[in-house]
Amino acid sequence: MIPVLLVTVPLLAAAGLLVPAARRVVRGYGLAVSGLVLGLSIALAATFDYARPAAVQAEVDVAWTPGLDLRFHLGVDGISLPLVVLTALLTALCFVYLAGRPSRRMRALTVALLVLEAGMLGTFVALDLLLFFVFFEVVLVPMYFVIAVWGGPGRRAAAVKFILYTLLGSAVLLLGLLLIWAQTGTLDMVDLARTHGSGMSRGAQILAFVAVAGGLAVKAPMWPLHTWLPDAHTEAPTVGSVLLAGVLLKMGTYGLARVAVPVLPQGAEAVAPWLGAFAVIGIVYGSLACLAQRDLKRMIAFSSVGHMGFVLLGFATLTPVGMNAALFGNVAHGLITGLLFFLAGGVKDRYGTSDMTRLGGGMLGRLPYLGSLLTFAAVASLGLPGLAGFWGEMLALLGAFSPGAGLSRPLYLVFMAIGGLGTVLTAAYFLVMLSRVTHGRPDARWRDARLPDVTGYELAAWSPLVALTLVIGLWPKSLLLVTDPAVRVLLGVVP
Amino acid sequence: MGLVALVVGLPFAGALIGIFAGRRAAPYLAVIPTGAALLISAWLAYAQAAAGPREATLTLVETGSVPISVSLGLDGLSALVGVLVTVVATAVQTYSIGYMRQEPRYASYAAFISLFTSAMLLVVHAADLLVLYVGWEVMGFCSYALIGHFWEDRANSRAAIKAFLVTRLGDVGFLFGIFVLGISAGSFRIGDVLAAVPAMSPGTLVAATLLLVAGVAGKSAQVPLHTWLPDAMAGPTPISALIHAATMVAAGIFIVARLYPAFVAAPPTLDLLAVLAALGMLGAALAALAADDLKRVLAYSTVSQLAYMAAGLAAGTRDGAVFHLLTHGAFKALLFLCAGAVIHAVGSNLMTDMGGLRRGLPVTFPAMTIGFAALMGLPPASGFFSKDVIIAVTEHTAGGEGAPLTIWIAWLVYGVALVTVAVTAAYSTRAWLRTFFGVRRPDLAAHEGPASMVVPIAVLAVPALLLGFAGLPFAGLRPDLPSSLLSVGASLAGAVVVWTAWRRDPESDPARVLGPLRPAAEQAFYVDRAYHALFVRPVAALARLTVRADDRVVDGAVRGSGRTAVGAGGLLRRLQAGNAQAYVTGVLAGVLIITVGVVVLR
Repeated sequence: MIPVLLVTVPLLAAAGLLVPAARRVVRGYGLAVSGLVLGLSIALAATFDYARPAAVQAEVDVAWTPGLDLRFHLGVDGISLPLVVLTALLTALCFVYLAGRPSRRMRALTVALLVLEAGMLGTFVALDLLLFFVFFEVVLVPMYFVIAVWGGPGRRAAAVKFILYTLLGSAVLLLGLLLIWAQTGTLDMVDLARTHGSGMSRGAQILAFVAVAGGLAVKAPMWPLHTWLPDAHTEAPTVGSVLLAGVLLKMGTYGLARVAVPVLPQGAEAVAPWLGAFAVIGIVYGSLACLAQRDLKRMIAFSSVGHMGFVLLGFATLTPVGMNAALFGNVAHGLITGLLFFLAGGVKDRYGTSDMTRLGGGMLGRLPYLGSLLTFAAVASLGLPGLAGFWGEMLALLGAFSPGAGLSRPLYLVFMAIGGLGTVLTAAYFLVMLSRVTHGRPDARWRDARLPDVTGYELAAWSPLVALTLVIGLWPKSLLLVTDPAVRVLLGVVP
Repeated sequence: MGLVALVVGLPFAGALIGIFAGRRAAPYLAVIPTGAALLISAWLAYAQAAAGPREATLTLVETGSVPISVSLGLDGLSALVGVLVTVVATAVQTYSIGYMRQEPRYASYAAFISLFTSAMLLVVHAADLLVLYVGWEVMGFCSYALIGHFWEDRANSRAAIKAFLVTRLGDVGFLFGIFVLGISAGSFRIGDVLAAVPAMSPGTLVAATLLLVAGVAGKSAQVPLHTWLPDAMAGPTPISALIHAATMVAAGIFIVARLYPAFVAAPPTLDLLAVLAALGMLGAALAALAADDLKRVLAYSTVSQLAYMAAGLAAGTRDGAVFHLLTHGAFKALLFLCAGAVIHAVGSNLMTDMGGLRRGLPVTFPAMTIGFAALMGLPPASGFFSKDVIIAVTEHTAGGEGAPLTIWIAWLVYGVALVTVAVTAAYSTRAWLRTFFGVRRPDLAAHEGPASMVVPIAVLAVPALLLGFAGLPFAGLRPDLPSSLLSVGASLAGAVVVWTAWRRDPESDPARVLGPLRPAAEQAFYVDRAYHALFVRPVAALARLTVRADDRVVDGAVRGSGRTAVGAGGLLRRLQAGNAQAYVTGVLAGVLIITVGVVVLR
């Protein structure tokens, strides 16, 4: 029952805000609703049976459109549970952040964010292909408005590019899903995953995989389909960037784990080397692009291209360890990049710019707490062991070291080597950024500016991310425990 | 095993609490956990001798491939190195209370030292390669944070970045080496890996060990990844003592000793290690002879001394290398703490600004003299014993006994090791004379620092002087008479050359004995400049190119498709201009075409 509530509570709450009388309570409203949803997701995690994480739990399965054999089928397993909690957490933290720094047109923003939350959670709990697609699309509309209304100076163009590009991806995705339906006669994701694509010819699988993975790759984003992302992230308001990076990108990779790889194994095997190649190109390309960025927000946006490259590389190995890596990387990237965007937003709020040359440097001297948090987040993002970012990258490389059966080992060794080089470049751009922004002496132009250090609201919004980054980094078993058995079942590998 | 966990955990807890605690509590949170770890380590080393190696696993982390076992172990090697680490760390923490007493950011500084210590202890006690790797990398970050502690100065920030990136480059290879060993053995546990070594193919072993050597070269500052260490002098001086003696650079040598059976089974790797050691040994010693910055002299001497350890490992003496690691840890920590006291007194790192300091520094002067004697390998100081073991073994290897090192490489290493002894003595004598003798700057009222600085110096002087005798009960660690005579002779010769030059003109730098080599040695043989031209600049250019290409080509295609769509829409719009006559014409034309089509195609 909880999955239904996860979707309906934010939707109904958003609808409730349309009542004119709600105008006055708006500030605490979003916080309360998202807190409730977070509580629900924690209740879901608490009641989850960790002895059998591969099984779908808290399942709801009722007929929806019987004529088309569509079912309202929701549930969670080890693959989706971490993402559900992550989504609920990040949304709630966004509202905490907004409570401390109210935005203009707060009511509209709250509605948009709540609808967004419903769509995001729905995507992760849907177990029917068409339902999955519907939620996947629901997300686009509120995000479009978040960027277009509350964004920076170039928001219109960025928002249009975002929605057109991702809609194009969705169209391709829908074609792939329909092809699967036409071939197998079912839309039930659990059934489809169980049969591992039996009943589909190799050619059909390849075609369907290219369409599905191609559509999802836009969202992930995979190089070279990434160019909507830097603009969208840079122009989006802080909460938009956080949810965009923290959750929306994960919907693409989640789809790969849930639909593309398990349902179309032969297609995956044929296309995986290409996926791997694009992934490692993305890693190096993203890192190089970051190295030459001048804008902090844009740099963090590009860093997502590199990090999601590791996630895609994990999938491309078609091994349990690679899948675990991808799912781990998803959660870690959500936490860390979410934090990074929060911090970048904090910087922009104070200095009025996120241009690194204008910022000057010396933040550790001027704003020691903000500077320290930025250092922490950057170091976590560059994959320091003991923090969350490391395990996903390390396991993806380990997967590439011995890829799945039927994949060319030498090719994947090359991928691994390039990926390893990418980790050095990643460290390079983050350290250069830290050096430019946090080290050195404060620039003279900020001498008389009033720059308050981290506020209580900000601390409340950020410290859960810091704590989780530490906990998952020091105790990776907390996530692998849930994902590993589920991944083995999805790949048809009996432990 | 709970005690081992405590040894690793105490400094970690100290770091975690220390970073939030205030300035006043920080010294206690710095010294007490580290000191407690020292006491426990000492007890463990004592108990271990009786009880033998042990290991305990907390849990197994399933990864989908080979699992990671979260486990710690204790054996002779880890017990000894654990004591070294905690001794030096405690000395450094105590010393820092005095040295950094004016420092507003002391709390974070001390916390990072604690984290650094904890990470190194994790490396030492880890029983699983990936757990070890966690400690290994965390050290890289701590070195970054501490080298860049005075981040107001951009140069320090650059040095910190360099330390992190250069070692990380090596660590990528190191991680891949762990993959090769772990996947071949079916386990990342060190015990399992070593048990599986005899069954591994030579190709696997060579690949794995070569990859590991990349990490070793990075951490232990061996050629070609040594360039970060001299720059790491940007950090506060006690940090140098920590990095150079007990953590970070010791880790590389330690890991080779830890996985020694795998290295012995891979002769090509040993050959490579030996050649790199020979290059680094002599090159760094020459650079040390030319440097004017006292800390840089010591930094290059670390590169050179670590090369001795690497050479010892390559030549087949694990015990000798670890012995030298321990004695070097003691005397190098001593030398750095003394250098800190000198710098503290003078207010400058440059030896040009020093001279005649032996009067004002009644503790530092004899202590540093002991340190230099140990570095030169003069009996009875500790360095004499350990260095001699290594030189004797390389000599035996060159004679065809021992490790499977190619003969000419063994000869090369042996020859270079002897020459380096002379150069080491030369730069040590030069630094000693230029710091403590000659004319004193008239405006200088040099005096010792507070007790927290003097006591660690005095305490460390004891092992620096006497630790060598600890090897006497063991057959492989006793000095070998002919070889020790030769090396002491070489050492004295080097010292005499510099002393003569200095006597002739105490005002000028005895580095002139280098002759035409001096400019090159001053620039450390232009390695930094070459790397800058070969790697840094091309990567920066590539990065700019990527951004341009991303805008013009990749995104250009996207924008282009958008414009094409708009353009095509514009064309179609012309057809729908609202002219009813045109529409009717179109309909009629359509009907006509369909009719014709139906008729013709039937």
